[in-house]
Amino acid sequence: MATVSLEKLVKRYGSLDVVHGIDLEVADREFIALVGPSGCGKSTTLRMIAGLEPVSAGNIKIGGRVINDLPPRARNLAMVFQSYALYPHMTVRENMGFSLKIAGQKPEDIAPQVDEAARTLDLTHLLDRRPSQLSGGQRQRVAMGRAIVRNPDVFLFDEPLSNLDAKLRTQMRVEIKKLHAKVQSTVIYVTHDQVEAMTLADRIVIMRDGYIEQVGTPEDVFQRPNSKFVAGFIGSPPMNLKDADIADGQVVFANGDRLPLPARFRDRVTAGQKVTFGLRPDDLYPAGHGIHSGEDADVHRQDLRVILTEPLGNETLVFSDYAGAEWVGRMLNPRRLAPGEALSFCFDLSQAHLFDRESGRTLRG
Amino acid sequence: MKGWRPPAPFLLLLPAILVLAAVVIIPLILSLYSSFTPFRLTQPASLFTLIGFRNYVRILTDIEFWTAFGRTVLLLTVALNVEMLLGLGLAMLVEKATRGQRLLRTIMMFPMMFSPILVGFQFKFMFNDNIGLVNNALQSLGLTDQAIPWLIDGSLAFFAILVAEVWSSTSVFAILILAGLLAMPKEPIEAARVDGCTPWQTFRYVTWPFIMPFAYIAMTIRSLDVARAYDIVKIMTDGGPAKRTELLWTLISRTAYADARMGLANAMAYVAILLSILFTVYFFRKLSAARTQIAAEW
Repeated sequence: MATVSLEKLVKRYGSLDVVHGIDLEVADREFIALVGPSGCGKSTTLRMIAGLEPVSAGNIKIGGRVINDLPPRARNLAMVFQSYALYPHMTVRENMGFSLKIAGQKPEDIAPQVDEAARTLDLTHLLDRRPSQLSGGQRQRVAMGRAIVRNPDVFLFDEPLSNLDAKLRTQMRVEIKKLHAKVQSTVIYVTHDQVEAMTLADRIVIMRDGYIEQVGTPEDVFQRPNSKFVAGFIGSPPMNLKDADIADGQVVFANGDRLPLPARFRDRVTAGQKVTFGLRPDDLYPAGHGIHSGEDADVHRQDLRVILTEPLGNETLVFSDYAGAEWVGRMLNPRRLAPGEALSFCFDLSQAHLFDRESGRTLRG
Repeated sequence: MKGWRPPAPFLLLLPAILVLAAVVIIPLILSLYSSFTPFRLTQPASLFTLIGFRNYVRILTDIEFWTAFGRTVLLLTVALNVEMLLGLGLAMLVEKATRGQRLLRTIMMFPMMFSPILVGFQFKFMFNDNIGLVNNALQSLGLTDQAIPWLIDGSLAFFAILVAEVWSSTSVFAILILAGLLAMPKEPIEAARVDGCTPWQTFRYVTWPFIMPFAYIAMTIRSLDVARAYDIVKIMTDGGPAKRTELLWTLISRTAYADARMGLANAMAYVAILLSILFTVYFFRKLSAARTQIAAEW
């Protein structure tokens, strides 16, 4: 059983706190992604779990056992680094078998395990090369192979795909997902790329400035963000977030433009309350080009002018002006649009979010 | 009809060729030639008597020469190894320093700033059996009540020379190895720690292979230095007592200038240079092998 628990975990450099007492329970065989902008403390947290950074306060438990003061070698973890961190003077075979050699296993016992991992990762023909003779994607696979061979309790990934180009990243993402399905280990995966987090993880931990903003499944954090920060961080392009006031049962923007108050927030706000209104691009679309038919009661129609379009083939992102700000919508099944063209847009208010403007917390129940 | 004109590249290189010929090539050929003559400085005419390989044959059977040769190799081997170990230790300590590292690096280079002649005089004073610092210290500490004859006993004198050499040149190793440590990426070390390595194993399997090329660069530089080791020995013992610290170059200079047998000395010098070349080639081979191993881009 390789559960990982963080209890009031703190990391302090001098008088500067970079991780502020976070709590997290990772279940056995769970794939957890720590995600957040740079400097949010996600890598530091991972390095504390690995034992590469001392814990300033709080506890880290693996399988119920406190491991705060154990050296990395005694924690039975495997870590994949952003820079791969392969041993440059060793061949792929030696790199992958290194931890077993250190553990005192015999060469004849090591070979089959390395071969097995190499087969899984399609590295068999590269076993006698050195890291310098490999491409980025191959190095990445060797780094994963080195981790797999150890058969660890927990896999730690520190932005493993950041140094790869976009195409390879997509490919490796799939590989990692397959790998997790196969090896069935607990995985803690740090990334700043919300797409990686969404596609890979069972649960996502969104961090900001050393605090955990929200923990939840990809659906949770996407559909029910707890805060303005999470709403803006998850999703691409990001959610439209515009400041507004509540007046006369409506959402009133700074320039006087107004939208009906979404039904599910009717009892949760009071007149005069300062809020931030949020609507995903998916829920703002030219009539007839949305996910939904646009006939639901909670859909508000509004004629807007197109400022700019970003055609992506299967869909087009449409930028337009409303309430004195720029909004981005998503047009499925697209047709060619000319800038300046007037379109009837649907605001699907059943999917809208309201956040308290001061605290940034959601006003949903 | 136009006269022949030398090609332009040759003309452009001519000044350099002339200078090189004047200061390197002609002296080299002259000295090689003189090693086949019984040339004595006191009898200039002897430069024109060719005696074939007689000087070389004489050296090959000269026990005094081979003793000096062997002693030089011994000094080289011991000094390089000791300097390497001390330099490695120093570099690793300095690398750990979080504050004042630049200051430490500068201080570490101090011994390199002194002329070997001055180092020789300083250590000659320190190892003096009557007024020297070393004996004084040993006696004050009650470790001995005798005046240890550091520069008079043959093997003690060799040891004293070794200490002086090591003191003056450990920093060469320390500086170069430190450069290697600072250039080394930190991730493989962290990976090794997670992979289960103890600090010693991390050093043995990850750090050391990486800094090995830097150690070999230092080795190559220093092997040339020690093979021409002359000044410190000249000052401290002048090859004595009774030639028991005689190294190749003290022997050669004595043969050339004190005995005035320039022809024979030149022959010795060519054999000595062979030794230098062998050491250099050896370390260069090691260096390029180590570089390939860590896939260095230089």
